[in-house]
Amino acid sequence: MKIFRDTWLVYSRAMKLNIKQPVWLIVMLVQPIYFLFLFAPLLEPMDGMPGFENGAMETFVPGLIIMMALFGSAFVGFGLIAELREGVIERMRVTPVSRTALMLGRTLATVTTTVFQSLALVLLAAATGKLDVYWPGVGLMLLIVMLTAFMLAAVSLGLAIVLKSEDAMAPTINTLVQPIMLISGIMLPMVMAPTWLQNVADFNPFYYAVQASRELFAGNVDNHFVWQAPVILGALTILLVWWATRKFARAVS
Amino acid sequence: MLIETKGLKKTFKSRGKTVEAVRGVDLAVKEGEIFGLLGPNGAGKTTTMRMLSTLIEPTEGAATVCGHDLAKQPAAVRRDIGYVGQSGGTWGEVTAREELIMQGRLYDMSKKRAAERAAEVLEAFQLAEYADRNVKTYSGGQKRRLDIALGIMHQPKLLFLDEPTTGLDPQSRAHMWDEVRSLRERGTAVFLTTHYLDEADALCDRLAIIDHGEIVAEGTPLDLKKDVAGDVVAIGIGGSATEALGLLGDKDFVREIEAGEPDPATGISVLRMYVDDGASALPELLRTLDGKDIAPASIELHRPSLDDVFLKQTGRSLREEK
Repeated sequence: MKIFRDTWLVYSRAMKLNIKQPVWLIVMLVQPIYFLFLFAPLLEPMDGMPGFENGAMETFVPGLIIMMALFGSAFVGFGLIAELREGVIERMRVTPVSRTALMLGRTLATVTTTVFQSLALVLLAAATGKLDVYWPGVGLMLLIVMLTAFMLAAVSLGLAIVLKSEDAMAPTINTLVQPIMLISGIMLPMVMAPTWLQNVADFNPFYYAVQASRELFAGNVDNHFVWQAPVILGALTILLVWWATRKFARAVS
Repeated sequence: MLIETKGLKKTFKSRGKTVEAVRGVDLAVKEGEIFGLLGPNGAGKTTTMRMLSTLIEPTEGAATVCGHDLAKQPAAVRRDIGYVGQSGGTWGEVTAREELIMQGRLYDMSKKRAAERAAEVLEAFQLAEYADRNVKTYSGGQKRRLDIALGIMHQPKLLFLDEPTTGLDPQSRAHMWDEVRSLRERGTAVFLTTHYLDEADALCDRLAIIDHGEIVAEGTPLDLKKDVAGDVVAIGIGGSATEALGLLGDKDFVREIEAGEPDPATGISVLRMYVDDGASALPELLRTLDGKDIAPASIELHRPSLDDVFLKQTGRSLREEK
């Protein structure tokens, strides 16, 4: 199928570019590493308290991974804007390449790098010896990471093609992603929040992603979040990827 | 015919205002020729080219490109054309070879075939030496050659070049002209836009002059210049040029005459006229002026250029537009 072949071509090119600039992949790891070593120790005394029943680090690290997936993929649109400006996208649009593939290939490359970054962070956290990791759960958690990265990379590319400028892109993404991060309980579990804020969090799909990751990390595979998160994120991913693909295909038809 | 357009139109809507970028263009481009679209900035050159290369949809009108209907078979058109935009088309940590192979693969070539063809193209465009270097390190001329190499990777019948020499130094520019000519020799037709008169004159087999979204003249550079007829005489007059205008305009051999606006710095206005034979007309013109004690501030006599063609069609000089 042409679309699969084209997606693979665009994906390989994007991956090659990623590998050639490993600095960028490491930069995306720096922020979570800061949090791991400079913020996580503050939470250690909370071990076993409400919201930290699974352990302080066991609660914080999975949230950190979702945060990295959120930010890492939300900014991929910037690269697309540079490519738009330099005529790369225009050059490819005159070829018979599938327009959907132009987007999907880039999105999937982001998913790949995010998975590697997540694994690196889990290994690093495990190496500190301060937490117990339920490894089969980590495997399932990566699925949630993949959905998160897929969705946000698509949205970011969709926004890039609409906004077409870095200056408009940065504040838009920050405005969207910051509150999503804050009310997903990444820093502190939402059980500590006042009721109204908890109620708001119930409508935040990434709250489910964070909670599910925590339960999977701790090995509570039968927790309700574990099935709720993939269902909610999956539905939203389908919807947003469809939106972004349409925006993209229309803008570059 | 490689390209035939009928009443091609494009209107853009921005902030409630409608801008007619292209207002009904009829063009014909033959196989194997270098065809130029000459006009000032904002005349609709790029918009016309973007429509013909499937990048934007015409608002009205129809066109066939390489035998395919532009509106109904854009995919077929894309297979037969190459396109090199103004901003080029390479960016980031990529090498020329990688991008060429990728380009070939986008046109359904096998990995092996794409690699062979890339090597061939790199050789033809004298890029083999830098093939595995990051494109960021390329000079303007090298980058432009790579842009064109990317455009012809799949051996298209027709290559679109948008302002191919803008921003190049004179030497790279001359090289680029040679590249374009050698494309024609290898059987690829070239459709290019330019706002350089000398480029249109020296490089194009045929050209169309476009202004305000309309074609004002079409033909070979020679035919277009012949249409202006005779020679061009330009005489600068200090002070009021009205008397001189009347005097010279009365001569039988002066076909057309017009007075330009006085230069704000020198107060000199230029009378521009087309005459049958410059060599015999000039002494007579000067005698006439001398008889009324009008001393010319400057005198110029030349064969008509494409600028005269543009001037005649639009009343403006393309030279002043830049």
